Amino acid sequence: MLSTQESTLTPSARRFPFPFREDSYRYSTNVEPAPQFVPTDAGGWGDRLIEIDPHYGSELEERAAILDRDPSRIAMLPHMGPAVWDTITTLLPVLATDYPDVMCFTREGRRCHWRNDLLGLDIDFVIGDASTLPMEPLRFIGSQIQDDIALLDQREDALWLDAGVITFAADWSLGFDVGMRFLEVHGPVPRVHEEQIITRAQQFLMRLQPGEKFRRTNWTMTVDRRLDTSTETYPEWGPDRLEVVDDPDLAKRLHLRVEVQHLIRLPHSGAILFLVRTHMISLAEISAVPAWRQRLGRVLAELPEDMADYKGISRYRHAAAQWLLGG
Amino acid sequence: MTATAEASAPALHNALELVLADVTDRTPSIRSFTFRDPAGNELPPYVPGSHIIVHSGDKANAYSLTGSGVLTAEYTISVLRVDNGGGGSAALHQLAPGARLSVSRPRSAFAPVATARHHLLIAAGIGITPMLSHMRAATEWGHSASLLYAYRQGEGAHLDDVRELCGERLLECTDRSSFLAALGVRLGEQPLGTHLYVCGPQGFMDTVLSAAAVAGWPPSRLHSEPFGTADLDPGQPFSVTLGRSGAVVDVPSGTSLLKALEDSGHKVPFMCRQGVCGECILPVLRGTPEHRDLYLSEAEKTANNSIMCCVSRSRDAGLEIDL
Repeated sequence: MLSTQESTLTPSARRFPFPFREDSYRYSTNVEPAPQFVPTDAGGWGDRLIEIDPHYGSELEERAAILDRDPSRIAMLPHMGPAVWDTITTLLPVLATDYPDVMCFTREGRRCHWRNDLLGLDIDFVIGDASTLPMEPLRFIGSQIQDDIALLDQREDALWLDAGVITFAADWSLGFDVGMRFLEVHGPVPRVHEEQIITRAQQFLMRLQPGEKFRRTNWTMTVDRRLDTSTETYPEWGPDRLEVVDDPDLAKRLHLRVEVQHLIRLPHSGAILFLVRTHMISLAEISAVPAWRQRLGRVLAELPEDMADYKGISRYRHAAAQWLLGG
Repeated sequence: MTATAEASAPALHNALELVLADVTDRTPSIRSFTFRDPAGNELPPYVPGSHIIVHSGDKANAYSLTGSGVLTAEYTISVLRVDNGGGGSAALHQLAPGARLSVSRPRSAFAPVATARHHLLIAAGIGITPMLSHMRAATEWGHSASLLYAYRQGEGAHLDDVRELCGERLLECTDRSSFLAALGVRLGEQPLGTHLYVCGPQGFMDTVLSAAAVAGWPPSRLHSEPFGTADLDPGQPFSVTLGRSGAVVDVPSGTSLLKALEDSGHKVPFMCRQGVCGECILPVLRGTPEHRDLYLSEAEKTANNSIMCCVSRSRDAGLEIDL
């Protein structure tokens, strides 16, 4: 019997969205209604749309620094203004409801008041008037939540990635993808086209009705809890993937990287809001939960080569599997 | 614009219980109804051109909302009374303020295209209702739009509203020949990147759409009000035999096979309940499923050996599943 050692669990492990339901992993259109609580071997997750954790302050500071350094991580085609305001007026009330001790949102007509004690922010703004916000609207909402944000417009029987603030990408580039169709954005993913997974996902999204909220998880691995693994910074993090294999600290450096992705049909603009929240946990932390340790080990050992290549983990995944299953 | 949503109305999913706050006559046969939340709360915002399904007696009908969808203290619809119609407009017309009604959440099936350089709105008669919504939203967001409105003299609903809203951007026509002449001119003088939206009687929409096609408009720039397509219809009642126990489960109209199985104590794995995720697939032993999902491939649907029980139903009386 595998038992979890409660005492060695970190708080983030207790809330970690461990994504594997079986000892092997394949792509699927794994959507489910959100929010809903999912118990795990270490605790559980998923009862809130926006998860605020102890990394809130540092991750938002990191996002701001990235945007200052590289403005291409934020993009908005001109027709996406209403969708951005829709995002703001959808998410701030959700935050205020879920974190009433530290956040408060009120609205009268187009006039809104927003208080966020975590950031020492207390502002009045007018919907549709960007000059009433402390920064451009898309960057503003990106400064209130840890999630990366993408906005998809629906037209011509397709979805188009037409706006976003993406600072914590798992090896992709908003600047490269912005303006593309949903199917084009997913062009490089192996297997999913033969299996019609992306087509089905797009049809599902196009049928979402206003206010409906769904979610899915996706995963990869990252060396050293580095959030910014965008294509733009590849030279900084790419080499680590080879170097980590022989590092005695492999279990502390290698992280399972799980994205909780929310898919929300915005009520007024009709755009799809796609939130990507990245959670990371090291193999060492995972080893405190024996059921996770064994399951991740088996998943990594079994994963087909093309999927491991696409996820960018083929250099070290067998070393990781060995550590997880051997110890 | 109105359309009958269901012949015999099933319970609305996740409906809003609203109070009728105001009734206003627009023309001798068109009456506006304004609904509010009984507790005074804001109602869900909506996409311009959205409709709600209103329960009235044993009928349910879809009606366009006439607001912009941003500020939603109330929902307003305008209803043409059709005395022998199947959708319950006559029953609605008898309601007085204070009545409580079951109203669906807004559904979007006639949205403005965000990238349009200009929105050309064309309405006839009661077809003005979604255009009023489009025009209000365009005005609020500063988008370019104009309206061509055809109505019979003395029967133009919302004339004051559209005149005040549109000013120079409105062209009114009260007979067929002047409308056709105006349509020809308008179709030929729009800037590239204009999207056209039309709502009215079927014959009117056909006239506009074919004139636009002749004038060289690509189909992707033409939009007509397609009520009821966003929702799956409730379907016919049927029974299903469970292969392992021989038990028979009845599935009424408006209830999914998945829900009927759950209600009779059978656990079926599920996730999306919308026919996409594939989780609730069940093997079919006998009979012909009515496939309504997005999950199975065309080949799988033709094979008829599996069914997505959250949305699909049965084409015949003999459906048997391996459960």
